[in-house]
Amino acid sequence: MNVHSGDILAAPSTLTSPQRRAPLGPGIPSRRGHLLGPGLLLLYWAVLSLTGWLDPRTLPAPWTALTMGAELLREGRLQTNLAVSAARATSGLLVGGLAGVSFAFLSGLSLLGGYVIDGVVQLKRGIPILAIIPFMVLWLGIGEPMKIAVIAVAAFFPIYIQTHSALRAIDLRYVELAETLGLSRWQFLTRIVIPGALPGFLLGLRFGATAAWLALVVVEQLNATSGIGYMVTLARNYAQTDVMLVGLVVYALLGFGTDAAIRWAERRMLGWRRTLGR
Amino acid sequence: MNAAAVRVRDLKRTFTVKGVLNGVDLDIARGEFVALLGRSGSGKSTLLRALAGIDHEAKGTGEIALPSKSAVIFQDARLLPWLRVLDNILLGQSNAARPRGVQALEEVGLAGREHSWPHELSGGEQQRVALARALVRDPALLLADEPFGALDALTRIQMHDLLRHLSARHRPAVLLVTHDIDEALALADRIVLLEDGRIAADIQVAGRGDRTLIALQRKRLLAMLGVTEGPQPRDA
Repeated sequence: MNVHSGDILAAPSTLTSPQRRAPLGPGIPSRRGHLLGPGLLLLYWAVLSLTGWLDPRTLPAPWTALTMGAELLREGRLQTNLAVSAARATSGLLVGGLAGVSFAFLSGLSLLGGYVIDGVVQLKRGIPILAIIPFMVLWLGIGEPMKIAVIAVAAFFPIYIQTHSALRAIDLRYVELAETLGLSRWQFLTRIVIPGALPGFLLGLRFGATAAWLALVVVEQLNATSGIGYMVTLARNYAQTDVMLVGLVVYALLGFGTDAAIRWAERRMLGWRRTLGR
Repeated sequence: MNAAAVRVRDLKRTFTVKGVLNGVDLDIARGEFVALLGRSGSGKSTLLRALAGIDHEAKGTGEIALPSKSAVIFQDARLLPWLRVLDNILLGQSNAARPRGVQALEEVGLAGREHSWPHELSGGEQQRVALARALVRDPALLLADEPFGALDALTRIQMHDLLRHLSARHRPAVLLVTHDIDEALALADRIVLLEDGRIAADIQVAGRGDRTLIALQRKRLLAMLGVTEGPQPRDA
């Protein structure tokens, strides 16, 4: 049906103003858009707690986490444990990341390296990280080295895999270009290979950071005398659900914060890219 | 004719996939503009890639002598998306070449675009940047592999003028691979016809500006390529 057929317009026109097609892209992103989902979840939780649908012994109210967190801060327990946990996760991520990037370059840029390293990595990929913890304990004991090693191994794989596949995906046309421009091996590496592999590395880093936090939770509950995981384990023994909740919230904030930080770095470093999801 | 810039003798190349050269002899004098014309699959890109030294996948024999300074322009501009325009032009050059890069950018008509990202430029502008990247190296030999093939007709005409102007000014030997007879006639001093990996004809372009003469040569070249044109309305 044509809406404006006749009554106002003197001559019924077959011309209609073109309808603007709805864009297929998701539109312009808001800077704080990422907060919407977590915000809704928080709201849902608060409503359940307020109405009494949620037994505080099962899961305390969100504000309990805040008051308990404040109390733990006053006692000084939260920040000391947090510092220990953060140091563990960071050093594990650093070791795993460095190893992941170095091995990715070795296997991505040399044929022999690829044959030797990539095969082994693909083989190991099939073994879940939690399954190697008994061996880690056997080899490294139950102290700090074991914890950092487990976190490093967990972070290594995503970083290696993403960086390696990004290196392999570097356009051959750019390699040709480098040859015709007479670039040295070093120039080729710094101007073409590294910038070309950077998006893949950053993606791997995001996965790696998540994996590092996950591994941290596991090793801290295994055997520890400090750290957020220790705090939570201790609280579980005394059925202090509010302290356990604080631990959970801290983990969530750390994970969310790390991811946001890497994403921010991504936007800064990959400003040259035009993509759908910026 | 003055001393040779390019000397190719009995060049043979085979591939497992496509493209063959069956004994090509070719000389290009310094400052000479040669168009390499042929149908697709005639081996013209193979010859250019052999000269550019990027035909690793090919097997072959023969002798190639080239000037030490040469530059290649590809069909795609092939700019690195993560480098700004000026950094693309200066890729692999020392920092001392910076003023020359700015100057080259000016010469291709893109003054002031030093800090643009490649994706901010149009296809024609990107190809101009590629031209500037070649210029800044001050090449004695410029190899161009259908550099205007991906551009629209109007931009192509502008690029023809630009390339003609720049090559007249800097006098590199040029080998332009193309399948466009009009492009070859508009730009080249000499047209080399490649067929089935062999040079089938080698023609000096005469009488640029003389339309009847150019039309005649065009007809001859088309006949050599096995194309017969039907009667067409011509503006006399």
